Amino acid sequence: MTAWIKRQRLSPLWLLLLPALGLLTAILLIPLAQSFVRSIGESAWTSQHYENLFTDGVTLTVLWRTAWISAVVTVVTLACGYPYAYLMTRVGPRMRGLLLVLVLIPFWTSVMARNFAWILILQRDGPVDDFFGVVFYGTATGVTIAMSQVLLPFMVLPLYSALSGIDRRLLLAARGLGSHPVKAFWKVYWPLSRGGVVAGVILVFTLALGFYVTPALLGSPQQSLVAQLLAQRTTQLLDFAGAGALGMVVLVVTLVLVAWANRVGGKVSSLGIVPTTSAKEEE
Amino acid sequence: MPTTHATTPAAKAAAGAVSTRSGTQIRLTDVSKDFGLPEPAVDNISLTIEPGEFMTLLGPSGSGKTTTLNLIAGFETLTTGSILFNGGDVSSLPPHKRNLGMLFQNYALFPHLTVAQNVAYPLRERKLPKAEIAEKVGQVLELVQLTGRDSHYPSQLSGGQQQRVALARAIVFDPNALLLDEPLGALDRNLRGTLQQEIQRIHRELGSTFVFVTHDQEEAMHLSDRIALFNKGRLEQVGTPEALYAAPETLFTARFLGDSNVFDIADSGGATSGSAVAWEDRTLSVEAGTVSPRVAAGASAALVVRPEDVRIATTPDAVPAGANHVSATVRQLDYLGSYRTAVLALGGGGTVGRARLAPQEDDLRVGQAVTAWWHVGRQCVVAV
Repeated sequence: MTAWIKRQRLSPLWLLLLPALGLLTAILLIPLAQSFVRSIGESAWTSQHYENLFTDGVTLTVLWRTAWISAVVTVVTLACGYPYAYLMTRVGPRMRGLLLVLVLIPFWTSVMARNFAWILILQRDGPVDDFFGVVFYGTATGVTIAMSQVLLPFMVLPLYSALSGIDRRLLLAARGLGSHPVKAFWKVYWPLSRGGVVAGVILVFTLALGFYVTPALLGSPQQSLVAQLLAQRTTQLLDFAGAGALGMVVLVVTLVLVAWANRVGGKVSSLGIVPTTSAKEEE
Repeated sequence: MPTTHATTPAAKAAAGAVSTRSGTQIRLTDVSKDFGLPEPAVDNISLTIEPGEFMTLLGPSGSGKTTTLNLIAGFETLTTGSILFNGGDVSSLPPHKRNLGMLFQNYALFPHLTVAQNVAYPLRERKLPKAEIAEKVGQVLELVQLTGRDSHYPSQLSGGQQQRVALARAIVFDPNALLLDEPLGALDRNLRGTLQQEIQRIHRELGSTFVFVTHDQEEAMHLSDRIALFNKGRLEQVGTPEALYAAPETLFTARFLGDSNVFDIADSGGATSGSAVAWEDRTLSVEAGTVSPRVAAGASAALVVRPEDVRIATTPDAVPAGANHVSATVRQLDYLGSYRTAVLALGGGGTVGRARLAPQEDDLRVGQAVTAWWHVGRQCVVAV
């Protein structure tokens, strides 16, 4: 153990981390510690700010709504992203390139531009209203639709990366061993894709938890999400202690999720894929 | 003429409780597979694989052997023809209902399942009771000598061990037949030898039908009861390894299995009548029994002689009477450990040939003019 520490300490390579570490400390760790200290009372310990979260009648509702919308967005992006990523593994290189670009174009487009586009589409007398007679602008549904579109690349990319690593001959093997194609998928392909699913789910869910711009532009103040509540408390109410407490709760929820993902996803990915030593002849 | 593998009761007993259902006959009739390319992948093949037989589908890349295996497995659908297992038509059955064991070159073990779970997979699909599954898994792992690795994951095993697990998984459910798709292609030479013996032993002990695909002629010669040689989607020749090597019917067969000295014959008229043919400026005698039935009278053909049948005479009068002989120049001498070979320029046109040298033919030197000769009975006249 001491030998290990010695070896690590001797290596000057670790100095390479200093710039990033300095930046993180200055702009993340110190403010984070500050808001934590404020949330538990600067001079005397108090749990008041945390108790308020659960008793003010607003925060819990908003937290619950945020979690619910994030979960729906996650399910929608998974339901759209999984078949899409699967298709990407099944088509030729040119078609795959096209599908990838189709995912990446919105990814490269400014979030603001996309949100304003959604306002145009979903507003009164917009195309959706004209066609279906529904106005989603200013509703939680509208927010969910726009967030799903904005976050879809974060689901598709890790999924594609995971699915493209799965050897399709395993499906042939399963069918040869007596599995109906559908069952072969569930018993072989799906478990092997779980690492990518977990990665995509965590990425989309945690990003959705902290989404600010989309709900602020497309939602209504009566249906605000956590990020809006935080902004309101810091910029309008100047309730830094309350905002700190709320921030801590969101942070803990996120960390718990990431830890869970590491356990589940890590277990899946550490198994690795059987190496294919040589290309099979095509006949 | 199928050489059905003899399975003694003792050998069957040695396989323990891993069931020894006698093998399945696989009959392919007029089978074709067309992928819409200019040439069909498999072109009107008829082949009967006898119960318990070790049949190798041999051929170069793209010759249709793997497609044929996939047709038997049901991974590809037939364009024409039919496939029968023990007389029952399976042509339209999906793969999961054909009850075949399959071994892939890349092992195709499920990486998220342990060794025991991999082997149990086909038994679970067949909804066997838990206790019976555990018993069968234990027995088959013993058969492939992998006891004690039950809870390892495939990635924790060596390539050879992984292929043993795949083998165990492919035979544990008493399949109709075992299909092996170049299963040893990814292994190094030594391991290949060991696993070849293993596959032979298990074939002997189970007595079931094995269909083995390879492009490696040595592997095919070593393992098979019979070889079906593929060329451009068609069956070139089917027979025992000995028959294919000693009596090739076509130049393709002669060239694919082992080395050959090839003499191009423009007019085979003399061969089919069993007398002599002309090659360059000389006449080579032909025995009727050594002419392939595929040689059409008058068409061009080839006379082939194996390097080990070619003898070298340093003086023309050392050639025995009645033997075929041609003049030759030694181009190169190769030392191959247990024997030496000479690369020869044959006749006036410099046809390249090869002779495996006998111990008394040690004193040759490069550039020397010699006479290459062979007994007429050791040659074959084949279709080109």
